[in-house]
Amino acid sequence: MWGLSRCLRVPRGRLLLLPAGVQRSFSSVSPTPHICIVGSGPAGFYTAQHILRHNPQAQVDIYEKLPVPFGLVRFGVAPDHPEVKNVINTFTQTARSERCTFLGNVTVGRDVTVEELQGAYHAVVLSYGAEDKRELGIPGEELPGVHSARDFVGWYNGLPDNRHLHPDLSCDTAVILGQGNVALDIARILLSPVDILRKTDITQTALDALSQSRIRRVWMVGRRGPLQVAFTIKELREMINLPGTRPKLDPADYVGLEKASKDLPRPRKRLTELLVKAALEKPGQKVAANWAQAEREWGLRFLRSPLAVLPSEDGKRAARIRLSVTRLEGSGETAVAVPTGQVENISCGLIFSSIGYKSVSISSTVPFLPQQGVIPNSMGRVEGIPGLYCSGWVKRGPTGVITTTMTDSFDTAQAILEDVQLGALNWSEPRPGSVAIRELLHLRGIQPVSFSDWEKIDEAETAKGLAVGKPREKILDTEEMLQLVCR
Amino acid sequence: MAAANKLLGISRCLLGSSRLGVPAVRTVMCPRSSRLGPGHIRAFSSEDKVTVKFINRDGETLVAQGKVGESLLDVVVEKNLDIDGFGACEGTLACSTCHLIFEDHIFQQLDPITDEEMDMLDLAYGLTDTSRLGCQICLKKSMNGMTVKVPESVADVRQAVDMGKSS
Repeated sequence: MWGLSRCLRVPRGRLLLLPAGVQRSFSSVSPTPHICIVGSGPAGFYTAQHILRHNPQAQVDIYEKLPVPFGLVRFGVAPDHPEVKNVINTFTQTARSERCTFLGNVTVGRDVTVEELQGAYHAVVLSYGAEDKRELGIPGEELPGVHSARDFVGWYNGLPDNRHLHPDLSCDTAVILGQGNVALDIARILLSPVDILRKTDITQTALDALSQSRIRRVWMVGRRGPLQVAFTIKELREMINLPGTRPKLDPADYVGLEKASKDLPRPRKRLTELLVKAALEKPGQKVAANWAQAEREWGLRFLRSPLAVLPSEDGKRAARIRLSVTRLEGSGETAVAVPTGQVENISCGLIFSSIGYKSVSISSTVPFLPQQGVIPNSMGRVEGIPGLYCSGWVKRGPTGVITTTMTDSFDTAQAILEDVQLGALNWSEPRPGSVAIRELLHLRGIQPVSFSDWEKIDEAETAKGLAVGKPREKILDTEEMLQLVCR
Repeated sequence: MAAANKLLGISRCLLGSSRLGVPAVRTVMCPRSSRLGPGHIRAFSSEDKVTVKFINRDGETLVAQGKVGESLLDVVVEKNLDIDGFGACEGTLACSTCHLIFEDHIFQQLDPITDEEMDMLDLAYGLTDTSRLGCQICLKKSMNGMTVKVPESVADVRQAVDMGKSS
């Protein structure tokens, strides 16, 4: 399927010609550090941005598996959070730089190997993120009605791989296993009035399904307690204020928490205070009115660990989840949940596992810690392999907000800049960069998508969105994207 | 409600033009100046100029002038100050990259902070007692000559920010 889908727009042989800018790199006068970045999400773009800004010679090429850039900014950030997507403006500036080239539709590890990239570039940065999901590892996980958060998020955000998910939203209760920001995103998308979502870039498929949804209640289940929730306060506040929806919080879970959180660091303290306020205090008039009229509700269930998904009577789909009641050993961030032996069932037709993402290894030549799902590194320098670097989730694990990834990517870029400047990275010998890689790709029948190609896709999506009052209507099929740029 | 909250949060200093010419969310108008109407923005005299010193991460001092009513983020963007990653969400209260540390006496006279700004500051690196987000602070004449510090990003602070995310 892939082989056929690649368009061969450029006549054979033409790729062997060197573009004017690249010929310079072969002259002996001033060699250019050629740096390659694998992955065009925030980590890739922030790493590129920092290198380009602080090294006036560097040429940075960004490789991306999909025909479209920006990774989780496009496919992860919730459609009703357009503000976060403003980072695309800066990324676009970076990509339009003369010293930056975007090569989409190229899967590193399959179309081209990491070793081939290392041969063509002075430095290779792995910033391909965490595309795998953590498995629950419980019986019944494979039943229809059980989805990974990752797939569901990919579905409503238009990730081509997830476009055929078709979640069945005809039940009244959904359970999300996990209490992080992704869990809150999913709860919000399931419960938001469709008229709010209609104005976002959520896919039409998801919008159609959600407007038929009968889900009225969403439980977010955590192994540990209210002092260990992983979501951040902005997302919680948003949920508490969500129109047409009320929180269903058991006061018993929150009594005495304020006192316990008194000496905690500010983020945890404020988050706990907001939880306590929502659970125990009488809301203001406006919020009270919203809660009173609400037809949908959400809640947090603590100290519950999933044991099994139980099937419906006909055995055809998920009908309940069996949870083990836990208690905490220790306290604070490091508290551990241990089973008490008690069990509890929740009836639900839809279950999402939102227990985190996981990076995968893309080459046997790159060291990888499967347990932690990260590449062993120091300051982004991959252990034992000079010239190989990493940034973002594959470097530090799938946690944190955009600011975290930005800072971490700048750190990796700084390491590269230092190595270029202080000679740890030998770039006196010219390297061919994308010229050599394009040749390889051409021989393999793969046509990379350029940034201006992406801008054509962008234009088509924006125009399609405009017609229905949305900022964009995403194209869900990579074939269709490629056809757009092949014209 | 969430959208309304967001609007309340960002309406303090919004800006007219974005760096790419895409319709922007920010505008240079603070509540007081917006009442005068947009025409008045251009009519500011030199008296309305406010000088601000930014101490960058590397310790270098960057001096820039802005107009009364502009936000500190606007000043950084318009004067193209070389502060890495500043204002990633373009002043929409969705990140904390425009975090700045103020002098005590200036901090005391800043407009009260909203819950939404506090929420984002919670995730900022190197948070101090006099920290605010640059996109929420509008220049006043009384700020002339003030010094603001760009916080350094420190590894141990970062771990505190990541708290609990892997639970």
